[in-house]
Order: sequence, then structure tokens, then C-alpha cells
Amino acid sequence: MTDRVLDGGRVGSWRLLAGNPVTVVSAVALTAVLVVALTAHWIAPYGINEVDVPNALRGPSGAHWFGTDELGRDVLSRVLVAVQASMRVALVSVVFAVVVGVTTGVVAGYRGGWVDTVFMRVVDVMFAFPVLLLALAIVAVLGPGVTTTMLAIGIVYTPIFARVARASTLGVTVEPYVQLSRAMGTGSPYILARHVLPNVAGPLLVQTSLSLAFAILSEAALSFLGLGIQPPEPSLGRMIFDSQGFVTLAWWMAVFPGAAIFVVVLAFNLLGDGLRDVLDPRQRTMLEARRKQ
Amino acid sequence: MSASRPVLSVTDLHVGIGRQPIVRGVSLAVHREATLGIVGESGSGKSMTVLAATGLLDAPGAVVSGSSALVSEGDPVELIGASPRALRSVHGGRIGFVFQDPGTSLNPLLRLERQITESLEAHRRPTRREAYARALELLDAVGLPDPEAKLGAYPHQLSGGQRQRVMIAIALACDPELLIADEPTTSLDVTTQAQIIDLVRDLQRDFGTAVVWISHDLGVIGQVADDVTVLHDGTAVEQATVLDVFERPQQPYTRQLLEARPLVGENGPSAIADDAGTLLEVVGLDVRFPVTTPVGPSTVHAVKALSFQIRRGATLGLVGESGSGKSTVAAALTGLVRADAGRAVLDGTDVFTVRRSGGRRAEKALRRRIGLVLQDPFSSLNPRIPVAASIGEPLVVHGLADGRAARRARIDELLDLVGLEPSFASRYPHELSGGQRQRVSIARALALEPELLILDESTASLDVSVQATVLELLADLQYRFGLTYLFIGHDLAVIQRVSHDVLVMRAGEAVEYRPAAELFAAPEDEYTRALLAAVPPARPRDAV
Repeated sequence: MTDRVLDGGRVGSWRLLAGNPVTVVSAVALTAVLVVALTAHWIAPYGINEVDVPNALRGPSGAHWFGTDELGRDVLSRVLVAVQASMRVALVSVVFAVVVGVTTGVVAGYRGGWVDTVFMRVVDVMFAFPVLLLALAIVAVLGPGVTTTMLAIGIVYTPIFARVARASTLGVTVEPYVQLSRAMGTGSPYILARHVLPNVAGPLLVQTSLSLAFAILSEAALSFLGLGIQPPEPSLGRMIFDSQGFVTLAWWMAVFPGAAIFVVVLAFNLLGDGLRDVLDPRQRTMLEARRKQ
Repeated sequence: MSASRPVLSVTDLHVGIGRQPIVRGVSLAVHREATLGIVGESGSGKSMTVLAATGLLDAPGAVVSGSSALVSEGDPVELIGASPRALRSVHGGRIGFVFQDPGTSLNPLLRLERQITESLEAHRRPTRREAYARALELLDAVGLPDPEAKLGAYPHQLSGGQRQRVMIAIALACDPELLIADEPTTSLDVTTQAQIIDLVRDLQRDFGTAVVWISHDLGVIGQVADDVTVLHDGTAVEQATVLDVFERPQQPYTRQLLEARPLVGENGPSAIADDAGTLLEVVGLDVRFPVTTPVGPSTVHAVKALSFQIRRGATLGLVGESGSGKSTVAAALTGLVRADAGRAVLDGTDVFTVRRSGGRRAEKALRRRIGLVLQDPFSSLNPRIPVAASIGEPLVVHGLADGRAARRARIDELLDLVGLEPSFASRYPHELSGGQRQRVSIARALALEPELLILDESTASLDVSVQATVLELLADLQYRFGLTYLFIGHDLAVIQRVSHDVLVMRAGEAVEYRPAAELFAAPEDEYTRALLAAVPPARPRDAV
């Protein structure tokens, strides 16, 4: 009778996410970016390498919304396709980092002992390299190109996921429900799949969103240095590099690719913050309370 | 109780979080030198009432209305809606607070002297020497041995009871008119609890402080309070003197609370046949833990050569205070920690030998035979999977009730056994109450039809009325299926209610091991007698 449900007021995560305007705006922006990236080749008004020298360095107009570059190529078309390339690199490399990093971290955290020590010392060594320097070294060894860029960024972000996964796993492994599961004779694979992974997913989801933002930036930086996506494929970093000589003549060549980077990175960051607010229990209680007001 | 002007006078207090009302129109008064006990179950709004009334409520979205006036000296100060500045001058100065967990209420990085003088410096600006003298005086007053040395100590160097004494010293630093104690003894052992109760009563007599003591335990309230307010669902259902509440309760809810209390001296469980064989025999169980200390690696000798037997169909109550090693016994029997020495024979099977060298299959088969239910109903269930998956896990792992339909039927059957509707199968743990979760934990443990069920403080974190229903369920299951229990607990009244035999543990050793009826009728060991004496008696202190 008095056996009351203590926290009956839980609200679903999706509804909480939907209740945060910043998160909604960032999710909408990301969806738009994703749609644009997937359909870039169809919606681009011009070919990405359609040279039109007489119309070179024209400012934004009805024919060329984002203007044209020094060869008369349409900046809008190139930005659209470059966003696609950036997103692809970022997604593939972060998925790589998640798979390798989470596996390493969860196994290290769950097994403990020498496995933990060895795995985590390797991660420490990887952490000790400056991000861009490590990526540069990998690109230097394997030669520039899209695949190398993905691999380089993926390797650079792996230790972050390993650390986050290990820390969360350590917390979950000592939970009574895992202890009880062991006492009942449940095997490690079942415990990992059923009890550990779902309970460490929250912080990893947040980290994924934030890492995507940084991966976009890393790709732009590598391409800017000429080590990422190779011309004639357009990339945001390369476009900014190419615009350097014309900044005083044609601001649009630098501003629009830069704005594209800005929008995508900001959207991923805001989404990450929104996810963190919802998935962190302490923040969550506050959000729920605010909703109920 | 007394006719003097109250120290704190609360009128028609309402608290809501968002649109949900938590406290609905509570009025109360606390008098000088008197203690008001506020009793209620979890979720009854007892902490909210007091926090809101003292202006300490800091929950987002909380809406507070009504009046709460601090009226003892000078002009009355209205605490509800007061400015943060006004509240700061009152908190720590005229109102002192002691909370439940002495482990987290103290700053681990500061020496005790600094923590005790903090509020003093905020409110009175004493010189260094005055502050030191006052801190020393306070530590002496709360009965800490060697107060001078303790001033330079850090919180981790004290025991739980000593930390709570320090918290009381801090609360009393500025001679407050009102002391708020929110479940101050709930996380302490019974013997420590009894000492803290005596301490607060003594201090109250010496300093004339008014006290508000919040507790879910009517036994404790009976020992400390002069007046009692019974809260239920945010409403004060009964307000009377402690004697009236205990001897002449007016409301059915109060009577229910009184009846749900397990009391020492009540009847134990129904008797079992004399010729019941032994199910588990433990001989010379020894467990040591390696620990890392600042001075290098060391070992904790948690269980020292412990021997006992459990009769088939009976309950062995294993009782002791925190740190006595009683939970380690459960961990060793279920294979969560390794036993260093000794034997445990479960119906002919040598448990530790099978674990060490019996092979994977034999080990898994053994795990089926010993079930485990832990204390905390909140962390015993994975929050991300529904009840059916939790109960179904052992079935899947051990290949029982094969097939979706068979498993589903078995889960429904198990839910029914523990008194839950089949509709609970699809619910998630956060949608259940503490008692319901504990029932699910029991159902999961029963899924494997274990011969021995280990209940490690399994009812300790439940409200009294919920605890009573879970204890009833356990007794019923034992009666119907002839289950054998190892019931680990710290509450002697609960132990007496369920146990056929009792083993009292202290510092890893058995101090007394006898049939329950004999032990409770005439405890032989001094420690057992001390434990029994520390249990709050059935009648309030004023009645004696």
C-alpha cells in the first residue's frame, strides 16, 4: 500500500532531447547536412570540376550563389561535394575508433589485471603524441589519400574511446547486478553484451558526437596541409588553402567552406552536449524538473 | 508538550516539484529543550518538509508556500522566501544540521579543527585561539576520545560513529537554538546508534537546544522524541506526544507502522522437523583480502576459521555489525571471493574443491544450487533491461525452460510466486518500487530452484511495512518449498523473526552460535547482550 514507486516521474530520453531547443536545432542542422552530403552530386548545380575561366572569381550571384573560384568553378557545388567527403571521412574514422577503442577499453576494464595494464599503457603512449603529429606520421608512412586520412584520424581517436569505455566499464563491473550475474554462473560474453555494454553506451554516445566534430576539423586540417583528400576531389580544408592567394579579391572562396566547417562542427558539439545532459543522471533530474514546471 | 513559545513554528507548509505536490499543508512546532520526531516511510516527504521549512531546499523546480518562523529570540525570522543572505546568517548559526551519511558530510581534505571552526568563523569571527578552544571544547562535549589529537586528524582516520559525533560538534559550534537531524543514525550500527541517541539527549539537556529528528524507524523515534509527527504522502496524519502515538495511536496508518515493526521478543519462524538433515556444513572457513595501504600491501583477515551448519528447510541467521565479515561469508559461498582455507559441503558436494578443480560444467551446476539476493534493490537489477530479461537470464544461461513460450510461462510462474502480476514482466526496474524490485530479485534467485538461498541484508534497505511483507513472502516460500536460507542481517529483531539458528559474528569470528530461541532467551556472550541491549525497545523511553 505504501510501497510507492520512488522515481515514477522518469521521462523518456527522446522526449527530453526533443524538449531542448538547442539539441533540436543541432539535430535538424545535422540531418540537413547529412541529406545534403548524401545527395551532393545530384543537387550540385554545376560539376565540381567544370572550369569556366571567363567567369573566374565572380562574387555570389543568382547563377553562382557562393560565387566562383580562380578557375571559374562553382563554389557552392564544390562545398556540397566537399561536405560529403568530410562527413564520409569523419564517420568512417570515428566508427573505426569506436569499434577498436571500445573493444579495447571494455576488455581492459572488465578483465583487469595484466590485460588492463598492457592495453592501457599502449593507450597512454598513443595519447602522448600530439594528435596532428601522429596523423602526419601515419600519412607520411602510408602516403596521402582518403583511406589513409580515415585510418590516421581513426587511430588518433581510438585511445579516447578506450579510456572512456574502460572508465565506465570499471564502474559497471562492480555493480551488484553484475556480481549477481556472475554468482548465477553467467559467462563473460553474456555479461558484457547484456549488462556492461548497454550501461556504458551513454558516455560513449556523447564522446562519439564530440569526436565527429573533431574528426571534421582534423580532416580539414590534414587536407589544408595537402595530406588529406587529394585534388581534384574537393575538400573543405583544401578549398581554404587554395583561397589563401585570393582572400583580398574573393572572400567567398574562404568564407563558404569555412562556414560549412563551422556549421557541421558546431552542430555535432551541441548535439554532444545535449546527449550528455540527457544521459547524465544528475543533469537529467534537473531537466525533468524543468519540464514539469 | 511545553507551554513555552516554540523555537520553530511551521504553518500550512506546501512543497511541490513542478506540478507534483510533495508536502501538503504540514504544520508543526518545535519547543526549547524538546525533540520533535518526524517519522514516515521513504517518499512521505519528511526530509522535504524540514528542508523547506529551514530554507535549505535546493531542488530545481521546487515551489514552497506557507510559513516557517524562527521565533525564539528577538523578532521572528520568516524562513520561507527569505533572501540567501538572511538564510546564510541563520544556517550554521541559529540552526545546525546533521545528515545521514557521515562519510560524505565531511570534507576529506581538511583537518577536523578547520571543519569545526568553519561555521564559527562565518558567524562569530573569533580569534584563532578562541576558535581552537571552542573546537576542543566541542569535541570533548561530543565524547571523542583524546580530542586534542583528533583536532589534527582527517575524516578518514575516524570510524563512522566518530564522524557522526564530529558532525554533531560542527552543528553545535555556534550554540544553535535548533538542531535538525535527518536520519542521523540510519547508516550506523545499532550499538553506535544507541550511543549517538544518548549523546544528543545529553547535549540537549546541557545546551537547551530544540531538536527535530527525522527517521523512518519508529523504534529510534521512541527513544529520542517528546512529540511525534507521522507523515504519510506529504500529510501529517497524526501529531501527538510520543506516549500517545505508541500507546494510543488514533490513525490506522500509525497503527500499521507500529505493527509492521519487527520486535525482539516476538515469535520466531514456525518450527521444522527435528530430524531435518544438514544441507550445508562449513568447517574452518577462512578468507583474507589483499589491500593496499599507504605503508605498503597488507591483508585483511575478514573471516577467521568460521564453522557452522544449516539444517535442510531451516534458516540460519548470521548477524553482526559492519565489518564483521558476514557478507564475506556469502561472497565465499557464492564464489565471488576465494576462500583461503576451510571446507563447505553442500549435500555431499565439496563446494570449494569443485570451484578450484571441478571443471567448468561442475562449477556451473554448483552455481545453480546456491542462490543469492543482495541488499540494495536499486542496484541489484540492470536498469536497462526489463524484468522478464532479468528473471530470464539464469534460465538462458543454464539452458532451462527452453523455447520462448516455455521461458515466458516460467517467468510468469516465478512472478506469481513472489506475488507480482504477469504484467510486471515488461516493466523496467525504475518503474518499480523498492519492495517490488526486491521481489523481482527473489524471483530471479528462485529461477534456478536453488537448494540454499543466501539473503544478504535483503530487507535492510526497505521501509518497515515493505520489509514486513517481504519477510512474510520469504516465510511463505520456505514453508511451501522447504527452502533453506542463510539470512544475513544486522537487525536482531528481523533475525529473530526469521531464524531457527543464529550465529553472531564479530571481527570475522563467531562469538555465539545457538538455536534462536535459546539465544534470544538467554544470550551468553557479552557482545550478543550488548547488541540486544542496543536495539530500540518496543515502548518509548518516556514510558519506562
